[in-house]
Parts: sequence; structure tokens; C-alpha cells
Amino acid sequence: MIPAPFTLRRAATWQALPELLEDALPLGGGQSLMPLLALRLAEPTALVALRALPGFSDIAERDGALWIGAGVTHARIEDGIGPAPLRDWLSQVAAGIAYRPVRNLGTIGGSLALHDPAADWPVALLALGASAVLRQGDTRRVLPMAQFLTGAFATALQPGEVIEAVTIPIPAPGTRFGWCKLAPAPGAFADALAGVFRAPGAAPRIAVASPAGARLMPEAPPPDDPHLARLRAVAIRRAGA
Amino acid sequence: MTRLCVNGETHDVRCEDRDSLALVLRDALGLTATRIGCQHGSCGACNVLLEDVPVRGCLVPAALAEGQAVTTLEGLRDDAVMIRLRAAFTAHHALQCGYCTAGMLIAARDLILRGRAGSAAEVRAGLAGQLCRCTGYDGIVAAVLAAQ
Repeated sequence: MIPAPFTLRRAATWQALPELLEDALPLGGGQSLMPLLALRLAEPTALVALRALPGFSDIAERDGALWIGAGVTHARIEDGIGPAPLRDWLSQVAAGIAYRPVRNLGTIGGSLALHDPAADWPVALLALGASAVLRQGDTRRVLPMAQFLTGAFATALQPGEVIEAVTIPIPAPGTRFGWCKLAPAPGAFADALAGVFRAPGAAPRIAVASPAGARLMPEAPPPDDPHLARLRAVAIRRAGA
Repeated sequence: MTRLCVNGETHDVRCEDRDSLALVLRDALGLTATRIGCQHGSCGACNVLLEDVPVRGCLVPAALAEGQAVTTLEGLRDDAVMIRLRAAFTAHHALQCGYCTAGMLIAARDLILRGRAGSAAEVRAGLAGQLCRCTGYDGIVAAVLAAQ
């Protein structure tokens, strides 16, 4: 239960980061990575701590969206960030992740970068219409969540690139969001997850956890797929949207 | 050398980058209230305070705690909430073997300080990340409720 030996580096600037990452794994809050190292499921020779990067834990409202730095912890989101009602939706999702001592260090960016298919943020952010801001040195690109999440434990991140922030559009008045997590115990990884986002006058956007990672449900399930139609109906009902 | 600030005192310790804070607290500094259990964040026996909030001591490389205030159970001897919790744990027989107790106390103190210990259900949910292998949860929940 002791990790294999590794060297710890600290990234102080975005410009220096790609080179530091060449033979290393990025370390956010470490609440997923450190257990993987302790179990020796991964044996990197070096880790790069990201938390000192400028702006890594910033929260701001910009251009009609809430900017959440990748280093923002689940606990900070649980305690309330951004305008209502988005604040309450995000708080509900964050409060269901693991346990408070884990939420005090675990980050939204780390959860997203790992994309565990049973994790909460990928599903919730997909339903909320969020985007990932990816950064490599001075170069930024912004990907909608559906393009960023490419499969279980897989994302569109390129070597040397990390998540700088998540942006979530501020919802229009009257928008509703429902969140349903079924887990064997409080804080455990989910058996099932569904998020339903419903803007006034629009069809509901439904995201669910699947073995292939977070995915959007089709707007209208094909008529020959009664299982999907039922899953969709249950998601809407359980999420209370 | 890694410079750690633990319970208000500064220590220079020699450790590897892979060594967890919990390991260094026990082996290098002799602060053995912090217990090492599962070593992957599940059991909560190694809870310590980092900048006044509870974290898993096994999931923080000690070298990354440099420059941050670390508080172990030893450092909470005179803490008002901890004094009440210790008395309530004794009164309600909230420990058997005691291995989980340090982590349990640190998690319980945080629940009380955040106002999340209002009912038995709330305490149980709040302590879901703290495992007691003696399964003495009833006494622990009663003690936390009594300590508020």
C-alpha cells in the first residue's frame, strides 16, 4: 500500500508545464490518483503538482458563464459558488461525492480529467451544457463536454495539456435541473447517475452514467427501444425535473 | 529536507516524495494518534487537519504539506469541541478497540463546526467515510449528538 517511488515536481507557470509533464502525470487534489498509486495500479516515475498554477482555483462570472478553475475543490462547490439556482445544483452534486475529508482536496478538474465512468461531475457537467477549457503552455482550446469526454477513463486531453477550467452557462430564468445518484452508501461511487436539465420551452437534456462513461440520452428514444424509453422516463421522474 | 508545521511547531524531516503525511507524522515525528488503516482513503483513520479542514493523511504526500498548517489530534487537546467530544465518547462507550477513534473525532468535530450534526441521520451520513471495524456506530452517533 506504499506507492512506487516517484519524484514530485511543482508547476509554477503554465509555460513550464508541458515540459514538466513530458515523463510525468499531473497531480490535482490527488484524491483519485494517490489511491491508484497506493494500489500500484499506476507507477509513474514523476508527478507534477498543479495547484500553484496562476488562476488554477479561480471562480468568476464571465460572458454569461460561470468559470470554475480546475483546482476548485468539491467542498468549496458544496459550500456554494456562483449565482442561484446554479449554486444549489452544483452544491447538490458536490455534496454527494465521497466524504468531506476527500472533498476538501479533490478537485472538479481532476474528477473530469480521470473520467471514471461512475463519477459524478462528468454526468452533471454534460447535463448542464458545460465546456472544458484546455490549456497547453499559452495555447487554449474550449471543448463542449460531449466532445471532451471520449469514453470511460478517456478524454480529449493531449500530452502536455491539462484542464484549466470548466465553464457553465448561467441558466435562463425558469430553468430546472434534477439530479439522481443511486449508490450503495453515502459517498460511494454510483451504481446509476442521471442529470436532467430543462430550459423553458426546450426539450430536456438528459445525461447518464454508462459503462462507456458519461453520455447524453437521445432527445427522443427510438420507438423500437422500450428499454431506453423507460430509462429516460425514470431519469426524468427520479431527478424531479 | 521537508519543512512541516505541525501543531504550531516547525519540523525539518527527511522523507521520500512518495511518503504520505500520515506516515511521516507517525514515523518521523512520533505523533501516533493518527492511525494508518487502508492507506487509500477509504477508512478515515488517518484524518488530520490541513489548514484547519480535515483531509486524509494517507492521500497527501508529506512534501506537499510544506507551507501549510497541519493539526493532528495531539494538537486539539485544548480545543473546546474536542473536549466535549472526548467526554461524550467516554460517556457513550463510543470506542472499543479505538483504532478508528482519532479519525472519527476529527471528522465529528468538523460536522459539529459546520452544523451538520443535528440528527442521528445527519451524523450517520456525515460519518459515512469513517469505518469502525468493531461496528460500534450506535455509541459513536450518540456521542456526537451529545457533544454539540
